[in-house]
Amino acid sequence: MKRLLVVAASSLLLMMSMITTVHAEKTITVMTHDSFNVSKEVVANFEKESGITLRFLKSGDAGAALIQAILSKGNPLADLFFGVDNTFLSRALDADIFEPYASPLLADIPAHLQLDKENRLLPVDYGDVCLNIDKEWFAKNKRTPPTDIADLIKPEYKALTVVENPATSSPGMAFLLATIGRFGEDGYLDFWKGLRENKVIVANGWEDAYYGHFTSASKGDRPIVVSYASSPPAVVYYSEKKLTEAPTKAVVTAHSAFRQIEFVGILKGTKEPEHARKVVDFMLSVPFQEDIPLQMFVFPANSNATLPEVFVKYAVLADQPAVVSPEAIENNREAWIEAWTNTVLR
Amino acid sequence: MKQKNILLRWSLFSLPLLFLVLFYFYPLIKIFLLSFFQGDDWPPEKLSRLISSPVYGKILWFTTWQAAVSTLLTLVFALPGAYIFARYNFFGKSLFQALTMVPFVLPTVVTAAAFRSLLGPNGLINTWAMTTCNLSLPPIQIDQTVFFFLLAHIFYNYTLVLRIVGSFWAALDPNLHSASQMLGASPWQTFRKITLPLLMPAVSSAALLVFIFCFTSFGVVLILGGPSYSTIEVEIYRQSVQLFNLPMAAALSLIQIVVNFLLMWIHARLVAHSRISFYADTPTTMPIQAKTKGQRFFVRANLFFMLILLITPLLALLLRSVTGEDGLTLAYYRALFTTESHSIFFVEPLAAIGNSVGFALSAMTIAVTLGLLASSFIASEPGGKSSLWDAIIMLPLATSAVTLGFGYIISLNTPPLNLRDSIALVPIAHALVAFPFVVRCILPSLRQIPESLKEAASLLGASPFKVWHRVELPIIRRAILVGGVFAFSISMGEFGASAFVTRPHTATMPVAIFRFLGQPGEMNYGQAMAMSSILMMVTCSVFWLIGKRDN
Repeated sequence: MKRLLVVAASSLLLMMSMITTVHAEKTITVMTHDSFNVSKEVVANFEKESGITLRFLKSGDAGAALIQAILSKGNPLADLFFGVDNTFLSRALDADIFEPYASPLLADIPAHLQLDKENRLLPVDYGDVCLNIDKEWFAKNKRTPPTDIADLIKPEYKALTVVENPATSSPGMAFLLATIGRFGEDGYLDFWKGLRENKVIVANGWEDAYYGHFTSASKGDRPIVVSYASSPPAVVYYSEKKLTEAPTKAVVTAHSAFRQIEFVGILKGTKEPEHARKVVDFMLSVPFQEDIPLQMFVFPANSNATLPEVFVKYAVLADQPAVVSPEAIENNREAWIEAWTNTVLR
Repeated sequence: MKQKNILLRWSLFSLPLLFLVLFYFYPLIKIFLLSFFQGDDWPPEKLSRLISSPVYGKILWFTTWQAAVSTLLTLVFALPGAYIFARYNFFGKSLFQALTMVPFVLPTVVTAAAFRSLLGPNGLINTWAMTTCNLSLPPIQIDQTVFFFLLAHIFYNYTLVLRIVGSFWAALDPNLHSASQMLGASPWQTFRKITLPLLMPAVSSAALLVFIFCFTSFGVVLILGGPSYSTIEVEIYRQSVQLFNLPMAAALSLIQIVVNFLLMWIHARLVAHSRISFYADTPTTMPIQAKTKGQRFFVRANLFFMLILLITPLLALLLRSVTGEDGLTLAYYRALFTTESHSIFFVEPLAAIGNSVGFALSAMTIAVTLGLLASSFIASEPGGKSSLWDAIIMLPLATSAVTLGFGYIISLNTPPLNLRDSIALVPIAHALVAFPFVVRCILPSLRQIPESLKEAASLLGASPFKVWHRVELPIIRRAILVGGVFAFSISMGEFGASAFVTRPHTATMPVAIFRFLGQPGEMNYGQAMAMSSILMMVTCSVFWLIGKRDN
């Protein structure tokens, strides 16, 4: 009994000590999704220069985090929100939770990334969702890998592909959008019908598709997976042994990929708008932007940022990604997902 | 005297009640109100599909039958196991007992990986079968089928039945059994007429928990069943997060709650009315060595089953964490301990273990305290009313984690309850799910204590506290332990609502695992497996030590 009390008391103490983390005076909170990442040094340098302490709140996947930001409208949980992508852009702007800020650093960011003309959401990074193929598998089986998403419904690629469910996964949604941009609203369902007949596997999340079914990363039996164009450099960077060549390859031929752009915005109702703007500037500045590739494996939006060697060597970008406007996405999301579900799963 | 007693009971119950009101009813009601009565679209329009589309009826039906089948299968497989744990001593008993708890803390993605490395198209068994029998196609094709997640549900819930029924069974008086046999009953008759009725409270408690778990199954069905299968919980996530249709999500949440509430209420009423008091505190309840050939066979068959079902997937996982491209390696473990990526979110594995254990201890303390108070209250309340309270207490377990998580955001947002981004919310959310568990573990044991025993103690002059301390506590000690163990593992595995709780970056082990699995690359996957193995080993050794002391 006594021992039980000691355990109880000490765990209560532990709990109390966890709660009472003291906040420094100028703390700016950034709300973001679980995949956000940044280097310790980059943050420390900024904190030293600006006198601002950064605090990061992680709130689930990109969709869940945005909804929490919308639900806390008026009494925001944070000063900034990072991680709205172009598939959720309209929803975020319609909810009217962001304050405009025309950062001077926008001058260094290509115009085609700046989707919100009022600058409530500012582009930070981007990456292409596309097919990744297992080069070794195709070489070993003496087959030609697909070079275009339209190839996937050919008989020679039967039972070789795994994709993500657009209803539960953000790359899955992006790939669905790629097919809509490519084949149009009249044609994309025929493509998916063909893919279903070609025995596509649909996984519910990227982790499951990549680590559960992709031959290059698991004991799966699918050498074609929907992932990012910047996955091959990550495979090289995080390889167990030093690699001179990426074992996977991204397919970024014309209209075969969908570009995901991630934005940051200042939340309406912040008590520290001045400092919040400084943090936005920091996120668009070269030190943070150059840190992005190896932390989040996407491309920096700022064109002055130098890419790391592994990106220069192994990462690719689509010249002509398939395009669907944010408004069209928000207006049709439910109908598209419903139609896709009926075609592919039911 | 009587009034004083009522006052005391209610003051005991006020703490769990306050906890539920603050962290369950208040956030839930607020999110429901917001979903149904605010927003630009008039909800009926957004809700019309609930009735007009056949999809939702199908989802409800699927959710119900898969939960029922999973529960039934788990009972069939785990009850014999519970028996041997209650009655026999055998080599490695505490270790076995500890290992059965491990699935409970493993993230679904990791469980899926473990099963796939065994049963997947290129898994151990298929590769072996294909090479030995010269087959061109893998003989076992279980991925993305019903069987896969039924198997996983058994894997996860086996230990629930084993521990809850096992600890209760161990306290049954074996003399009853002997007496019945001496009176000429066959073993089957004895089981059906004597043992089973006595066991019923524990069996139904465990079955109810398994059912609710499978009914609200999210990750298991999502990953192992593949996208053709959808439970209500999955649909709630889809509707709220992907489609931002909060009215629909709230309506589905409400359906989930109502269905489970009715079930829990019926269960509570049945149990409250069929209470059988007995008391066995004789040394004869000590487990024995299996003596006859039949007994030994029975024990071994059960252990063999556990080995196949529970331990081979875990071993496969462990093996994967030390296998690199050129065979065995410790590279992933080494990498875990270095800060090579310089990420601000990097945590030392030891710190992650510390965070996980810290949260788990806090959650366990809250859950056990509240659980003890609540079950003492329910056990002493007369039949009808107690079953209502019993069902109400179970509600958090049957509530969608997404809905509740969003509820926190809009309700716990003003001082003094500005907890929505506080780290304290994590153990609170864990405790909310663990607390009904603790009640389910303790209540059957508490109810079996004959009223006369407590009355005798009071008559002899013992204060209510002394009665509780000297009479009740020793009898329910083991049930409290089991409840505590579950509360601890629920928190270690970051189960339920916490997945949708906003939090500053305090990386626990499951959080670290997900961070690795979020990016491609052999080192990421290997480190995720290594971290999972550490999570497994930490959990296993904690429970092994507890079990060893207990036995």
